[in-house]
Amino acid sequence: MFDRIREKLNILADAAKYDVSCSSSGGTRKNTNKGLGDSHASGICHTYTEDGRCVSLLKILLTNHCIYDCLFCVSRKSNDVKRAAFTVDEVVELTMNFYRRNYIEGLFLSSGIFKNADFTMERLLLVVKKLRLEQNYNGYIHLKTIPGASEELIKEAGLYADRMSINLEMPTEAGLKLLAPEKNHEEVIKPLAFVQQQISQFTADKKLIKHVPKFVPAGQSTQMVIGATPESDKDIMYTANAFYKNFSLKRVYYSGYVPISNDTRMPILGTQPPLLRENRLYQTDWLMRFYGFKVQEILNDANPNLDVDIDPKLSWAIRNMQHFPVDINKADYKMILRIPGIGVMSAQKIVQARKFGKLRIDQLKKIGVAYNRAKHFIVCMDSPYQLKDYQGTQIKAFILAESQSKYLKTDSNQMILF
Amino acid sequence: MTYIFDGTFQGLLTAVFEWFERKPGKVMLKSISIFQPEAFAESFTVTTNAKKADRVWVGLQKKIKKDWQRKYYCSYLSEIPEAYNHLFQFTIYIFQNQMGAESNYGNPHVIALAKYAKSVEREKHRMEAFIRFQKTGDGIFYANIDPDFNVLPLISNHFKNRYADQQWVIYDLKRKYGLHYNLASVEEITISFSNGANKHNLAPVLMDEGEALYATLWKDYFKSANIVARKNTKLHLQHVPKRYWKYLTEKAI
Ligand code: SF4
Repeated sequence: MFDRIREKLNILADAAKYDVSCSSSGGTRKNTNKGLGDSHASGICHTYTEDGRCVSLLKILLTNHCIYDCLFCVSRKSNDVKRAAFTVDEVVELTMNFYRRNYIEGLFLSSGIFKNADFTMERLLLVVKKLRLEQNYNGYIHLKTIPGASEELIKEAGLYADRMSINLEMPTEAGLKLLAPEKNHEEVIKPLAFVQQQISQFTADKKLIKHVPKFVPAGQSTQMVIGATPESDKDIMYTANAFYKNFSLKRVYYSGYVPISNDTRMPILGTQPPLLRENRLYQTDWLMRFYGFKVQEILNDANPNLDVDIDPKLSWAIRNMQHFPVDINKADYKMILRIPGIGVMSAQKIVQARKFGKLRIDQLKKIGVAYNRAKHFIVCMDSPYQLKDYQGTQIKAFILAESQSKYLKTDSNQMILF
Repeated sequence: MTYIFDGTFQGLLTAVFEWFERKPGKVMLKSISIFQPEAFAESFTVTTNAKKADRVWVGLQKKIKKDWQRKYYCSYLSEIPEAYNHLFQFTIYIFQNQMGAESNYGNPHVIALAKYAKSVEREKHRMEAFIRFQKTGDGIFYANIDPDFNVLPLISNHFKNRYADQQWVIYDLKRKYGLHYNLASVEEITISFSNGANKHNLAPVLMDEGEALYATLWKDYFKSANIVARKNTKLHLQHVPKRYWKYLTEKAI
């Protein structure tokens, strides 16, 4: 018994780990029934793997049996791996016992497709229902929507899950067709749109009726695999932008492809995953969501790919020196946000603090501005007098010389440096 | 001039009260535990007084909003000797200025409090993340901690709300007190460990039968979730500094 459950967990956690989403944020389930769990709006990482990724959820597949043969997936039918399947009760027990020990924020349940989509979705639904209704479990649940499952099943699942997601897998339809001929983006878009429409329906009802049940309160997310197919950064981010807009997605995840097969249509085994590129994409995503940048400002036909040696915010600044230097003591908040070396927190503090008097360099440093970087783009009270205007390229050289090691070695999607 | 107080929150607030009563000019506030008398420096020992402290706290609540009241309390919980003086100066500064003075990040005490609060909140957040309960034979979920700052008062509600249907104990080994949730309320407790008992790990005989199984499954899971091709030790250590490993089931050998 002990050994069998260990083996299952090893197989089914291993197969699930390539889904990068670990977010447990946005849950708002309150523990009102004196049951177990209480979701935190901000989520908690309970530990980090040795590759530095957040572990917040018990991320497993219900089974890795699958009738499909997607080339980029370890669980594909033709792959020679050990197969296993959890029972519904096993997943419930594991979740409850991990949660009680403060190991996790909740469950992330996905599955290979066995028999057919509905049969699979039904099993997933059984797990979440049992957790919510029998175990009084209020922890976080992220459930994969199985492409092709019926709308009734998806709708019912949405009543118990905090977040639902369905992966685009490849950034473009062409890329997907190349590696998974049986799949298409339409299959992903349909359920995304359906859940989105349900969410707005429930939100609208809530304004009229008091006790409307929660429906996927933490929203939807999706994931794209990066580097398995030849899309440009522009292709990737334009797709992401469209999905954020059209389906009000909470997150788009970018997963650097980790080679798992020797098929010549993809990078072969032993190729390094494109971690730096992945990081740059996340930085761009951040700029779009929190810094007021339009995707077209960062990526366009003249600049279809992100710089490797510097982050996208700095790239933008260097290409647009006409906006600088910015006067810290006068500029509006939106412009301050665009200065390299100044993050959201620092920008807010600057705007508050300057009401009390003009800010000086030492104060900016204390506020948390990365001054060595920002100094090329700002003036404040005691900025040294500049004899000549430097070109963008010269500034880039200065900054690179100062931070050589730091920026070339940065290679994680969790680390966001500006 | 140095004011000496007993290290309590009420003592700190009383000190502010006394200052406004006497207006002695520039004063440093020090806790009795670190105070070393100097031959020529004048000092005054503050006698903690609940009524005076209350009046200062009520006044302060009118001057600064909830988020800053929290920063204030967190700074106090840092137990850092210099923090007491910053708190003292900050309070005087707030009372002597218009509403909103706390957002002047150009003021050294404002910045200092913001920094202390940030460190304390980070430690609180880490405890919420890194605490690992072990289920004992009598069904209580037990965890030891020894945080850098006194964060038990800050994490109590989080655990109470989350684990409402199980009894738990979180014990601060450094400060020698803990919290016990008995399914109704959270009580402060002290435990006298018998000499030689291993404080960090409960003896297996005291444990629930399922404990070893779930600890093992969790360790397995932690290993499976790692992607070897993406190994990044530096980042790992940055997120989970070594000093926290002793808490972590998944890091135990
Ligand atoms: S359908 Fe899903 S689980 Fe099955 S092979 Fe494709 S990606 Fe993998």
